[in-house]
Amino acid sequence: MSAASVPTRHEEAWRYSDMEALTRLWPLPAPESIVVPAGGDFKRAIIQDEGAIRQIDMSVGKGATASLHILNIGGAYGRIELNVTLHEGADFALGAAQIGGGEQNLEIVTTVTHAEPGATSRQVVRSVLGGTATGTYLGKVAVARDAQQTDSEQDVKAMLLDRSATANAKPELEIFADDVKCAHGCAIGELDAMALYYLQSRGLPPSEAKKLMLQAFVAGVFEGAEDAEALQALALAKLGELV
Amino acid sequence: MLRIENLHANVADKPILKGLSLAINAGEIHAIMGPNGAGKSTLSYVLGGRPGYEVTEGSVDFDGQDLLDMDPHERAAAGLFLGFQYPVEIPGVSNVQFLRESLNAQRKARGEEPLSGGDFLKVAREKAGLLKMDMDMLKRPVNVGFSGGEKKRNEMVQMGILDPKLAILDETDSGLDIDALRTVGDGINSIMRRPDKAVLLITHYQRLLDYVQPDFVHVLAAGRIVKSGGPELARELEAHGYAEVMA
Repeated sequence: MSAASVPTRHEEAWRYSDMEALTRLWPLPAPESIVVPAGGDFKRAIIQDEGAIRQIDMSVGKGATASLHILNIGGAYGRIELNVTLHEGADFALGAAQIGGGEQNLEIVTTVTHAEPGATSRQVVRSVLGGTATGTYLGKVAVARDAQQTDSEQDVKAMLLDRSATANAKPELEIFADDVKCAHGCAIGELDAMALYYLQSRGLPPSEAKKLMLQAFVAGVFEGAEDAEALQALALAKLGELV
Repeated sequence: MLRIENLHANVADKPILKGLSLAINAGEIHAIMGPNGAGKSTLSYVLGGRPGYEVTEGSVDFDGQDLLDMDPHERAAAGLFLGFQYPVEIPGVSNVQFLRESLNAQRKARGEEPLSGGDFLKVAREKAGLLKMDMDMLKRPVNVGFSGGEKKRNEMVQMGILDPKLAILDETDSGLDIDALRTVGDGINSIMRRPDKAVLLITHYQRLLDYVQPDFVHVLAAGRIVKSGGPELARELEAHGYAEVMA
C-alpha cells in the first residue's frame, strides 16, 4: 500500500474504483493500525459520510474478539479497506452497509487472513444503490497452511433501486489448509414488486413502502454494534433520500 | 358505495374482464362466485390498483370518487381494503410496525391525527383477539413462516385494524380448516357487518357463505356477471355446478 505510483484498474483491488478521485487523494497516508492484544475485545463503528479512502490494518491476537460496523454513505467516492490478520482462536465480525445514489462510488475491500488455527470470521455486507451509483464489495479470505478449523463466512447482498445502478460483489477464497469451513453467499436483486404492492395496498405511499423494505434489508448488519440505534437512524435517513 | 360500469381490463395484453357491471350499497354483503379463469382475482386486483392490470374501458366509482384514478395507497386511505388470496411474506418487516405506519399514513391522508403507539397496540390486541391470533405473531415479520390459515387470519386482523369502508376479500376461505373458517367468518361479520360498510366476497365455495350470509350472489363467467340472485343462488351453484346453473 505504500507503492509510489497510483494504482491502476488492472489491479484487482482497484478495478471498480474512482480513479480520478484516487489520483487526487494520492499518495494516501499510511493505513491506520489496530492491534487487538491476546484475549482482548475490540469494537468500532465507522461512519464514512464525506467521501474518503480509509485503510485499516488490523491484527487480532490469540483468543481475541474484534467487531467492526461500517456505514459507507457519503461523498462522491468512499472506500474502506480492511486488512485483517487473525491469530489462533481469534474472532472477527464485520457488519457493513453502503448506501449510495446519484453518481456515488462506494467500496468495501477486505482481506481477512486466517494465519493460525481455530479462528472465526463473519462478514455481512448490504448495499443499496440508486441512480447511477456503484457499490462494490471485494472480499478475500485467505487461510494459511496451518490454520486448521478455520470457520469463515461472507454474506453479501445488494439491492438495486434503479436499472442504471451497479453492484459488484466478489467473495474470494484462498485456502491452503484442509480442515476448514468457508461459506460465502452473494445475491444482487431488486425490491420485490408484489411485496411493494402489498405494502401500498395497506396505505403506505410508495416511498414509505420502499423505505420499510430497505430498512429491513440493511437492519441486521448493525446487530451488536455499540451505537446500533444511531447507525440505524443514519442509514434510514440516507435511504429516505434515495426512495 | 361502489359502482362498476362496463369494466374491461387486460392482463399482459389479454382481455380478462369484458364488460363487468356491479353496484354495491352500504350495508350490503355481495358474493362473487365463478369457475376458474372467470376473472375473479383480476377483478379484485383491478379494484386494488395492482400494477400490470390495465383498464381499457368502463368506470369504477367509489363513494363519489373515480377509483381507477387513484394509486393503491390512496385507495386504501379512501377506505378500500383488499384481502389477498396469497398474502405476501415480507422478511424483516414486523407486522406491528407495518400496520401502524400504514394506519397512520391513511390517517394523515385523511387529515386525521396519528395514533400513538399505546393506542395502536390497544386496537391491534383487540383485533388479534377477535381472530384468535397470538400477539407474538403480530410482532413477527409479515406473514413469514405463517401457515396458509394464519396468513388469512392475519389479513383479517389487518382489516380490523385498518377499519375500511369496503372490503374485497379474494378467496379468503381458501386454505382454511373448519375451525379457522368459522373464526374468519365471525371476524368478517363483527368487523364489516355495519350499515356504513360493505363487503365483496370472492369465493369458489358455498362454505364461507354459511358463516357470512351474503345479501346478493353473482356468477362471474368469461369476464362478466352472467347471473345475480340472493343467497339461494350460491346453494344452487353448490348443488348443480356452474355449467347447469348458467345454462
